[in-house]
Amino acid sequence: MAEINLAVKKLEEKFPNSVLEVKTFRGETTLNVSKEKVVEICKFLYSDPDLQFQMLTDLCAVDFFPERPRFEVVYLLYSMKNNERLRLKTRVEENESILSVESIWKAANWLEREVYDLFGIHFVNHPDLRRILLWDGFHGHPLRKDYPVEGPDFDKPFVPEV
Amino acid sequence: MAETRLMTINMGPQHPATHGVLRLVLELDGEVIVKAVPHIGHLHRGVEKLAESKTYHQVIPLTDRLDYTNAMGNNLGYVLAVEKLLGIEVPKRAQYLRVMMAELQRIAAHLIWLGTHALDIGAMTLLFYNFREREEVLRIFEEVAGGRLTPTYMRIGGVSKDLPDGITDKIWSFVRAFPDHIKEYETLLTKNVIWLKRTQGIGIISKEDAINWGMTGPSLRGSGVKYDVRKAFPYSSYDEFDFDIPIGSVGDVYDRYIVRLREMEWSNAIVEQALERLPQGPILSDNPWVALPPKDHVLKDIDALIRQFKIASEGFQPPKGEVYVSVEASKGELGYYLVSDGSNRPMRMRIRPPSFLNLSALPKMIEGSLIADVISAIGSIDIVLGEIDR
Repeated sequence: MAEINLAVKKLEEKFPNSVLEVKTFRGETTLNVSKEKVVEICKFLYSDPDLQFQMLTDLCAVDFFPERPRFEVVYLLYSMKNNERLRLKTRVEENESILSVESIWKAANWLEREVYDLFGIHFVNHPDLRRILLWDGFHGHPLRKDYPVEGPDFDKPFVPEV
Repeated sequence: MAETRLMTINMGPQHPATHGVLRLVLELDGEVIVKAVPHIGHLHRGVEKLAESKTYHQVIPLTDRLDYTNAMGNNLGYVLAVEKLLGIEVPKRAQYLRVMMAELQRIAAHLIWLGTHALDIGAMTLLFYNFREREEVLRIFEEVAGGRLTPTYMRIGGVSKDLPDGITDKIWSFVRAFPDHIKEYETLLTKNVIWLKRTQGIGIISKEDAINWGMTGPSLRGSGVKYDVRKAFPYSSYDEFDFDIPIGSVGDVYDRYIVRLREMEWSNAIVEQALERLPQGPILSDNPWVALPPKDHVLKDIDALIRQFKIASEGFQPPKGEVYVSVEASKGELGYYLVSDGSNRPMRMRIRPPSFLNLSALPKMIEGSLIADVISAIGSIDIVLGEIDR
């Protein structure tokens, strides 16, 4: 726990107005940070010699429809040096975009593509933002809460465009 | 002067060496790969979306079908995540049974990897040996859980059944014989010149790159990074078992092969230890809100019947919150990120598939190498598309 507190402390010193909330649930620390500073915070966490969060374990989104702002992008970082995890979260509104962290962790390349594919969140500065699991030309973003689980046209015959 | 240009070829999705439905678009300069673009999603079933409309118990069978060679490991990760969300303890015997099954499953998964990987490169004999041993593991699963490929053995709070009579003898005989079988495989491959030529120095990825690309599991350890979730964040009593994490040095196909072989030996040792020290006691938590009551109670006792009905139809309501739990699956770090809004269904279930991130690093490994090496590189990262596409 000490190292996580160190990460939180360092972040609060360095970005005093950007760490909005610190929460601990079942021993996992979650930081709510402001959207504009995400890349800077990630860069800092990645490169700080005491922290070294060198692995982006996961990047995903959660849809809180009908709350506003609607989406939450979640970054799960892992520091091999300290054997600690840290979760960063930031809120994104429906038609807003967010900066990509691909320049820091290459792992974000596909993870951000997946979030774009399934939630429709745009990542600025991403080198290759295409759909990944669904095909080009697919309409809608299935993991959104207002997307029916059976699909929007489940009662119609499936005839693909050729 | 003749004009030279790049040739684009399509590999897959129906290709025997792409381990399922992976499609690669390769740009070639002669035989050298200039660019490789993987296309995935042919097996996308929307498991994460489906889970949002099911109760916590009903999600367990979905997890079997992610990485279908590692069903026990997938079950384990999911039930651990729900248990952490609920904050409940699991009886020791159930923890040991989970470890035993997860390690047997790792052996089975690595065997299927070894057989198909060797088959891709041209060593056909091995496949039959591997499937012979894998069959024994699957028979054990069949007796223990009732299913072979999709056992759905784990339950929230424990496991579904205790070991049947006589099964420990079968597991013992498997465990005792298996180290010799590994030696058999090694005589066929480890010093085989053709195998060495096809694997050494192929598909190299450095330590730093492997971490940066988010690779985990044997593919990461082949590059010399000692990261294993079983050691880093011990779950299900793994800290009570004695095992080592084998690592490679170069990060090529051969290193990943050696790492997986050694891992099978350690898994075998873990199963042995679990058998030796298997504690007595219940196999399911006694938390009345979460765990189903024993069947003989249900038949005699109206309270138990009501409880059974309530849990099976409505499920339970974990507190609001979010947890991330990961396990060391056969392919790497398999994580479950559960967000609960206090209802009886997960508000969001995110699966962190190890193969997904391992595959994303494939272009990095193969660009600049020969087209024949693509096959060895794909085999060496051990992808299962059921998990990548979910």
